[in-house]
Amino acid sequence: MSLSGWIMMLTSTVSVTAITIYCVWRVLTAPEAPDDQS
Amino acid sequence: MTKPNEGWGSRIGLILAMAGNAVGLGNFLRFPIQAVENGGGAFIIPYLVCFLLMGVPLLLIEWTTGRFSGQFGDHTTPFLMQRLDPKRAFWKYLGVFGIFANVAVAAYYCYVESWTMAYVYHSAIGTFANMSQAEVAGFFTAYTDTHQTTTGIPYENIVFFVLCVLLNTWILSKGLAGGVEITAKIGMPLLIIFGVFLAIQGVTLTAGEKGAQFDGLVGLNFLWTPQFDSLTNPSVWLAAAGQIFFTLSVGMGTVICFASYIKRRRDVALNAMTAGWLNEFVEIVLGASILIPICVGYFGIDGVVELVESGGGFGLAFQALPYLFQQWGGVLAVVAGIAFFGLLFFAGVTSSLAMGTPWMGLLQYEFGWRRERAAWSFGALVLLLGLPTVLFYDKGVFGEYDYWAGTVCLFFFAMVESILFAWVFGMDRGWQEINDGAEIRLPTSYRFILKYITPALLLFVFIGNLFIPHGADWAGAFSQLLAGNGWQFDASSLVGTVGNTALKAQIEVASAAGDSAAVTQLEERLFYINGARLLLLATFLFITALVYLAYRKRLAALGERT
Repeated sequence: MSLSGWIMMLTSTVSVTAITIYCVWRVLTAPEAPDDQS
Repeated sequence: MTKPNEGWGSRIGLILAMAGNAVGLGNFLRFPIQAVENGGGAFIIPYLVCFLLMGVPLLLIEWTTGRFSGQFGDHTTPFLMQRLDPKRAFWKYLGVFGIFANVAVAAYYCYVESWTMAYVYHSAIGTFANMSQAEVAGFFTAYTDTHQTTTGIPYENIVFFVLCVLLNTWILSKGLAGGVEITAKIGMPLLIIFGVFLAIQGVTLTAGEKGAQFDGLVGLNFLWTPQFDSLTNPSVWLAAAGQIFFTLSVGMGTVICFASYIKRRRDVALNAMTAGWLNEFVEIVLGASILIPICVGYFGIDGVVELVESGGGFGLAFQALPYLFQQWGGVLAVVAGIAFFGLLFFAGVTSSLAMGTPWMGLLQYEFGWRRERAAWSFGALVLLLGLPTVLFYDKGVFGEYDYWAGTVCLFFFAMVESILFAWVFGMDRGWQEINDGAEIRLPTSYRFILKYITPALLLFVFIGNLFIPHGADWAGAFSQLLAGNGWQFDASSLVGTVGNTALKAQIEVASAAGDSAAVTQLEERLFYINGARLLLLATFLFITALVYLAYRKRLAALGERT
């Protein structure tokens, strides 16, 4: 695989995965709403 | 009249249902093909730019509009939009697009969903074992031909389609918390598990093993190696913007309707980001690691390009992959087949369920129908509107639905809702609403993006699709225009499509060659295409009439109260 291909793939997949994990983590650790309704 | 009491059971359920709505067949079949056709790794740059400048703002607009208008008891797109500007009555009629697009897309989408259901069944019983590649490709053609059967069941494709519509209807009849949310809680984790399993298989494919000719990395290289010159091509940007619409399910009205059940002062910013980025994870990380690496591993790059040109993502998925899985042998072939088509099925069903919400909201909240009755009416409408796509699939009816309802309507509706939110409702109120109860701090630059960049981009995309020049050669078309030679439309432009330019040119060629059989066949195709358009127009007018009646009902109720 070409170097530019590796850079493009790793930059995209790592950043998207990291942001997704951050968002999910923020949701999971948020304090529960009083009536557990969205 | 007692108002129905719908609502989400939990925050996770809401996010998974929203992500499930976004994650669809496009993530696995359309994204990799678009990337391959538009510059490989360089496609990801316009794609991510469009996601940040168009996708994220539209998600924020739809989530916020839904929560804001939902607190007044509105749960269907026309009245949810009207609430942002109650003084001007025309918004609700523009909002009809937010019901129509869902009904029409569900009609053909359920058909594709039924293919995945049938292919899970055939993978499980080993139908594809010992078939050659040509036989697997022929199997798909036989399956979509109503007069043939692959199981011995007569009208097999209709049977699977009806089963699929019935399943969707039954889940919808159980309500948001009891049906849609439970399906998303089961379907989304399963989809990710199946996706990770297949992505590992694709990426680790090694030349010389399991009959593969090339490593999976060759496919990844093909997909990710950038061709930076494509960045200056407007067609690549149009394709990237189009993919963002497909993948996020924005511009349909489903996100607005789902969000209308969120209670006031509950977060929308973090929820919208989480659902949106989950979709991007499934698309960029999983979607890119399955179809192309596996297919390139067996057919090579030239073979894949040929297959893409003849049948796109559907061609690779339904006419090639079942054969490739057989090369893995025994249990792994069966598991891979079930995992891949099961993944597509769950991706499809979580999206099609969302499409029922705007229609059901109209009947439940405006006409007082019970949830079950509203759900079955949606099923009946999808069945009636979907049958022509099943029966006349090879006559171009399916493509017509996809183009008008699944493409043009989305661009138009997104443009309308973006202008309504940022310019009519107002950015001051809009920004305040977005941040009300927000559990994440959004960059203030988004205020500017929402007001100027997103509407401008949407306008560019809409106008771009309207006027695609011949051969998509924008530079050449502008030079011709400046030289006073006018603008030559491409057959794929909106203008060219309305006039059936491509088909009429084919008829002329066949006619000049004296091929009367081809002329008859093409004229028959033209007839079915125009018929499909009339059917879609009639459906749109029918929904508009219902919205007008609902409006009259509201006025009458208001008169009784005063």
